[in-house]
Amino acid sequence: MLPELGHFALILAMLLAGLQGFFGIAGPALGRDRWTAAVTPAVAGQFVMLATSVACLIASFVDNDFSVLYIAENSNSALPLFYRVTAMWGAHEGSLLLWIFLLGCWTVAVAIGVSRLPSRFAARVLGVLGVVSFGFLLFMLATSNPFLRLDPPAPDGRDLNPILQDPALAIHPPILYTGYVGFAVAFAFACAAMLEGRMDQMWARWTRPWTTAAWAFLSVGIALGSWWAYYELGWGGYWFWDPVENASFMPWLVGTALIHSLAVTDKRGLFKSWTLLLSILAFSLSLLGTFLVRSGVLVSVHSFAADPTKGIFILVFLCVMIGGALTLYAWRAPLLKSQAGFDLGARESFLLFNNILLVIAAATVLGGTLAPLISDSLGLGTLSVGTPYFNPTFMLSMLPLTALLSLGVHANWKRGRLSDSKRTLLITLIVAAITAIILIYGVYSNGKVLSPVAATLGVWIILSSLVDPIDRIRRKLSLPRGVIGMTVAHIGLGMFLLSVTTVESFTLERDVALGQGDQTTVGNYEFRFQGVKPIEGPNYNGVEGTVVVTRHGVPTSVVHPQKRQYWVQRQVTTEASIEMHRGSNVFVALGDDLGAGKWSVRFQIRPLVNFLWLGAFIMALGGAIAATDKRYTLAKQAEAAPVTAPAPGVAG
Amino acid sequence: MNRFLIPLGAFVLLAIVLAVGLKHSPEKGVIKSPLLGKAAPTFSLPVLTDTSRTFNSADLKGRWYLFNVWGTWCVECRHEHEALLEIAKRGEVSIVGLDWRDEDAAALQWLQELGNPYEVIAADREGRIAIDWGVYAAPETFLVDPQGTVVYKYIGPLTMDAWVNEFVPRLPPKQAAKS
Repeated sequence: MLPELGHFALILAMLLAGLQGFFGIAGPALGRDRWTAAVTPAVAGQFVMLATSVACLIASFVDNDFSVLYIAENSNSALPLFYRVTAMWGAHEGSLLLWIFLLGCWTVAVAIGVSRLPSRFAARVLGVLGVVSFGFLLFMLATSNPFLRLDPPAPDGRDLNPILQDPALAIHPPILYTGYVGFAVAFAFACAAMLEGRMDQMWARWTRPWTTAAWAFLSVGIALGSWWAYYELGWGGYWFWDPVENASFMPWLVGTALIHSLAVTDKRGLFKSWTLLLSILAFSLSLLGTFLVRSGVLVSVHSFAADPTKGIFILVFLCVMIGGALTLYAWRAPLLKSQAGFDLGARESFLLFNNILLVIAAATVLGGTLAPLISDSLGLGTLSVGTPYFNPTFMLSMLPLTALLSLGVHANWKRGRLSDSKRTLLITLIVAAITAIILIYGVYSNGKVLSPVAATLGVWIILSSLVDPIDRIRRKLSLPRGVIGMTVAHIGLGMFLLSVTTVESFTLERDVALGQGDQTTVGNYEFRFQGVKPIEGPNYNGVEGTVVVTRHGVPTSVVHPQKRQYWVQRQVTTEASIEMHRGSNVFVALGDDLGAGKWSVRFQIRPLVNFLWLGAFIMALGGAIAATDKRYTLAKQAEAAPVTAPAPGVAG
Repeated sequence: MNRFLIPLGAFVLLAIVLAVGLKHSPEKGVIKSPLLGKAAPTFSLPVLTDTSRTFNSADLKGRWYLFNVWGTWCVECRHEHEALLEIAKRGEVSIVGLDWRDEDAAALQWLQELGNPYEVIAADREGRIAIDWGVYAAPETFLVDPQGTVVYKYIGPLTMDAWVNEFVPRLPPKQAAKS
């Protein structure tokens, strides 16, 4: 019964989303206030239906209802309860439902948030979100219904993909999707502003907290995915430029550009058409990512479900949404004129460079991701693009970006005068360079050509970000959350950069065959292999090795890397052991049984690698702080009132 | 020309590329095996149906054969089994199976239940040989010519459509005419 209820709720949700889209766009356009007023109830109704549907699917998972095809394919009676719940988004159909549900959550939050805004504008924002939701619900009901029954029911399920049975990956999709979907809000605001023909600074200010929040979620989501890949895939890498990773990274890059250009539009009324375009692009790349991942046009280690018929649907949807928005843009953007100018050295210039470089970075990632497709469709044969392409091209835009950051943060709006902070900046730069050189040649010795440069930039970003807040505190000036958030996020970026530099330059790696009692040395560490013993988990069995780790003869720890074989899918997973020691990650993964009691074991020493994810989390924290700046809520109350006043019929 | 039309134009181009990419069936072509045009890796492994015997891939020199990687744990392999039986019946080429990371007993029972399209099956219990062949996920099927060169690689469950459209044209006319 529950699956049918869930299915029915989905159909109702689709109808309500359609109404929400229709009333939200047609109501304000035709000046029908009763239509406009019907949007909010439709939002509420749609959300209730989506929540019902999600609850039904999760309940069926918990119940082990293997008469539902999706559950039979992705769960098993031996699967622990926690993973039976998270298995809901373990494959295509369920993750799509999660995607739509999270869009519903954002829509409700937006509906509450925009209730203070002019009602026509609010209705248009919700209307655009309704169209997005309708498209996805139609897609889901037509091609990817998670509630389809299996007749006769399976005696037991095929189990959740074992590599997904992991806490970080269980929460990775909801957070990542929250970020992805959040860009729909910026998109909806931009479309609403264009539909309204009122593309002044206000829409930018209204959009800012939403966009920053979405960006923060996306940052955490990507970092979790990377962390998972690091310890679960057993290779010890943290980023593979895999199409699925790129699909989430491109919206992040454009989203980063967007939060910066929104700042310019909000504060100075510049870059208006550019900001509109970025709002469209960020969400378009989210949609494109969905297409690439779900259609199977690109084969990737991450794509668990790929189906060309789904691809056609998403492509049509993509054309309607993105094509529609860009047409609207081509029609409306020429009306915009920027009146204010700025000097070359002003903060606006730096933010312009920031935007250009981030968009170039996103374009190079897009190019590399699509290269196999493009060369194939032009008949040039197949081509695969990997790290040798991505690393250098990406660095080409990232190095100038990080180099300009410290200057940009201290530049004034409008006037190109750095003199106030020139001295402080120079001092921080010198301190950063000395720290970097000590770190690279003193602590780790040797290094590649770029290591001291990149490390200097990393330290410089951290130090120079602190200058302004410290100055404000000393002069007893107010410290708004926007400034704190920016500082925190930039410090996170500095840590990230520093970590990437040390990891790329100083990682030590060795694969060795070891028998019981054998010892090997990697860097400053010695590893003694004590053999393996069998283990058994709830739905797997495997072996667990014991390795005694010492540093220059001083014991540091005893680690237990595992290799598991899951019963149902017969898949082998590597549970590497990762220990933090003196800032480095000591990584031990069990490889293959070589027979005669010997095992291949992989050892890695990665200095400061934890700073990488920590840096990303700190960036996201900065976003979260900035998104809650009082300025946005106060501004809303102050500005919304006079806007509604001259149009008495609208209030409805 | 309105410069604000540029993004729309770029998107239209992108949509065309995506549509073409979608038309070119997704799986094939995108990941091509580096083995294509190169000599197939040689190996010797126990024969699944009679583990006292050892199978040497060098014995296959001089004739066309299909190299099919499968396992009882692989659901898609079950889907392609019908097609394999049909191909075996047509008799254009013989099919060599690689039972990948599997248990012999389960594999034997699978063959009993579903039929055996293979001329011979090598048991790759630890998956070493699959690594040599660059196997990415089961099922995968390779077409190897009499000189031992890999001519074609097919990823995913084999279908009769794929057999007729992708494999048969690559076979010499005489071989294909047998059907």
